[in-house]
Amino acid sequence: MKNRKINYLRNSFLLTIVILVNLNCEREISDDASDATFPKTAEIFTDTPVGMGTNFYFPYGPDANNPVGSKFSAWSVDTDVSYKGNASMRFDVPNATDPQGNYAGGILRVDGAGRDLTGYDALTFWAKASQGVTIGEIGFGEDFYPDKYITTMTNISLGTAWTKYIIPIPDASKLVQEKGMFRYSAGTQGTNGAGYTFWIDELKFEKLGTILPLQASIMNGANVTRTTFVGVETPITGVITTFNMPNGVNQSVTISPGYLNFTSSNPSVATVNDAGVVTPIAAGTAIITATFNNQPATGSLTINCSGSFTHAPRPTLNPANVISIFSDAYSNVPVSYYNGYWAPWQTTQSNNFAVLGDNVLNYTNFNFVGIEFSNPTVNATSMTHLHLDVYIPGPIAPGRRLELRLTDFGPNGVFGVDDSQSLPYVVSNNLVSQSWMSFEIPLNQQTGLNSRSQLAQIILLGGDNSTLYVDNIYFHN
Amino acid sequence: MILIKNKISLITLILVSSFLNSCSTDEKQTVVTKTQLVMSDEFNEDGAPNPSLWNYDIGTGSNGWGNNELQYYTNRASNIKVENGMLHITARNEQYMGKAYTSARILTKGKYDTKYGRIEARIKLPRGKGIWPAFWMLGSNIETAIEIPDNPNTVAWPTCGEIDIMEYLGNKPTEFFGTVHGPGYSGGASIGKTYTLPNSRFDTDFHVFGIEWDENYINFYVDDKLYNQITPEDVPGEWVFNQPFYIILNVAVGGNLPGSPDSQTPFPQTMLVDYIRVYQ
Repeated sequence: MKNRKINYLRNSFLLTIVILVNLNCEREISDDASDATFPKTAEIFTDTPVGMGTNFYFPYGPDANNPVGSKFSAWSVDTDVSYKGNASMRFDVPNATDPQGNYAGGILRVDGAGRDLTGYDALTFWAKASQGVTIGEIGFGEDFYPDKYITTMTNISLGTAWTKYIIPIPDASKLVQEKGMFRYSAGTQGTNGAGYTFWIDELKFEKLGTILPLQASIMNGANVTRTTFVGVETPITGVITTFNMPNGVNQSVTISPGYLNFTSSNPSVATVNDAGVVTPIAAGTAIITATFNNQPATGSLTINCSGSFTHAPRPTLNPANVISIFSDAYSNVPVSYYNGYWAPWQTTQSNNFAVLGDNVLNYTNFNFVGIEFSNPTVNATSMTHLHLDVYIPGPIAPGRRLELRLTDFGPNGVFGVDDSQSLPYVVSNNLVSQSWMSFEIPLNQQTGLNSRSQLAQIILLGGDNSTLYVDNIYFHN
Repeated sequence: MILIKNKISLITLILVSSFLNSCSTDEKQTVVTKTQLVMSDEFNEDGAPNPSLWNYDIGTGSNGWGNNELQYYTNRASNIKVENGMLHITARNEQYMGKAYTSARILTKGKYDTKYGRIEARIKLPRGKGIWPAFWMLGSNIETAIEIPDNPNTVAWPTCGEIDIMEYLGNKPTEFFGTVHGPGYSGGASIGKTYTLPNSRFDTDFHVFGIEWDENYINFYVDDKLYNQITPEDVPGEWVFNQPFYIILNVAVGGNLPGSPDSQTPFPQTMLVDYIRVYQ
């Protein structure tokens, strides 16, 4: 592998000489030199896919947020509609109720070695839709691994007439061997669940020369502070670059951290790698900043590392006696969410983390939070207690208590009028700081809970907008 | 004074070499024929613009210089200065003398004018909605106060004539336009053309904007591209361009043509002028 790399370098050096010799007239590089790098093919789709190989379309599959995934058949070649030539790419966005997939999304990936896109500055295409719609995401650089240089334009407004769209390449010098030619994700959030069709034609990379790079940002331009522990990896997110487009309008794109260069103000406290993943290694404070095209990006991530993490006590009960909601010691039942973000009163955010394989729920700005496991509900009739490990890293205000409610979805098993919910149960009014507290909550003392055969929610209350770690939530007997 | 004849050989050399560098000799138009340098300001002396060549327009004129422009023109160094071989005209977003923006406008009126010639400047333009820079000329016989009837030495605009060598709107970074105004063809009825850069922008690199002007014609060019010729046949009124004109450089903010700056307009914005040269 190393030898090959050196060969590439040597070849590109030769290529540079050839280019220099030809610079005066910008003639095409001689055929002898053109094999030195990966193909520079610009076109992705004209009337057919260009240079994509045979196996190039990969729809998005199921994930944690969408158990069905995108509709596999959403993408096709339409020989009846085209901006130019005789065919275009057609995207049939399904109805939200379509059992085969409630949105359309996927990637076009080169079935081969990848392309050298360093000579281009934009992905361009012509598009129209069957009605005026806003497409959630269109971009390039996604190859499913390692996804190092994804670039995405969000909320693209499509009309019913063919219009040219330009997605700037943040830093083409990085794209020496890119396979991810195109990505898209389109749903029906803006059409009340009704499906529609859009078409894309003349999809290609171009060297426009008319795009002016402006500012890049990390953490969406904010100065974010995280309190964390040795070994807890925190990714840099909210990476955005803005460009002044040929029409004078500023356009932002969301990009992979890999386009930026990162620096830690204190590498003995926290390191940051090329992919923007921050790893604390000792107690202290480090500020992570970034540059893009040698210009400082706005925003930063300050890591306050408290030192080594103290793990919650490892559960010892026999799995046969446990129904686990959240624990690395047991197989957890299906959980809809660990934070329902219940509007409008909930302030609690989730910044869950893992330390050496130990996953921890981290509720920040905690006032209350709902955990739901409704699909299916949990029959805890034979269980006697709910176990809970809680750690409060900050000081405890006098009089503070931690409370809990349980919800049973009733005979019909779904949220509604036959539900029953326990009154707030005081888990503890004797909280301590910076030490794991293990609680055993007797299920037979939950006033107002009519049944526990269709349990579906655990609600934690009693926060003062500080931080709360939770681990090992399970019913047991 | 400003005659710098010993530079001619160097200029010629640059021109010749730039022709040699060019590939597209097959589609080459005769862009320039006047090659004897008779005046130049290379902006090589730091400080205020050369006072023997340039005057200032100060203030807001009448109705924002006739266009409802939003800036107050000053002669402060923060709005206009020569530095590092460049003239800097900087538009700022600041409260000053009752206006929300400041900028600068300099002109050679009463100090230098020319009848005919090749007049060009090498300029890097600013950007943003509402930013309106210009490199232009007015007939030296313009009388802004009182027009004396039947005296051809004191005529009002547009009878004096106006040649806009370069006008540009900061929200169209790939376009500029060259225009003439005269009696019967002024303002919205002026005669001109827009040129669009195919693969570049005016705010990222320097470009040479110029006219080659002689009796009964004005040729408009940018870099090595001749993009328009205007002759008496092209204008629906009297040809008022066979007389001396003086030179103006300015950056306006807002007004009828560009509209007001918006939230995306960055400030300050600077027009950089590397040189201005006149050849005969």
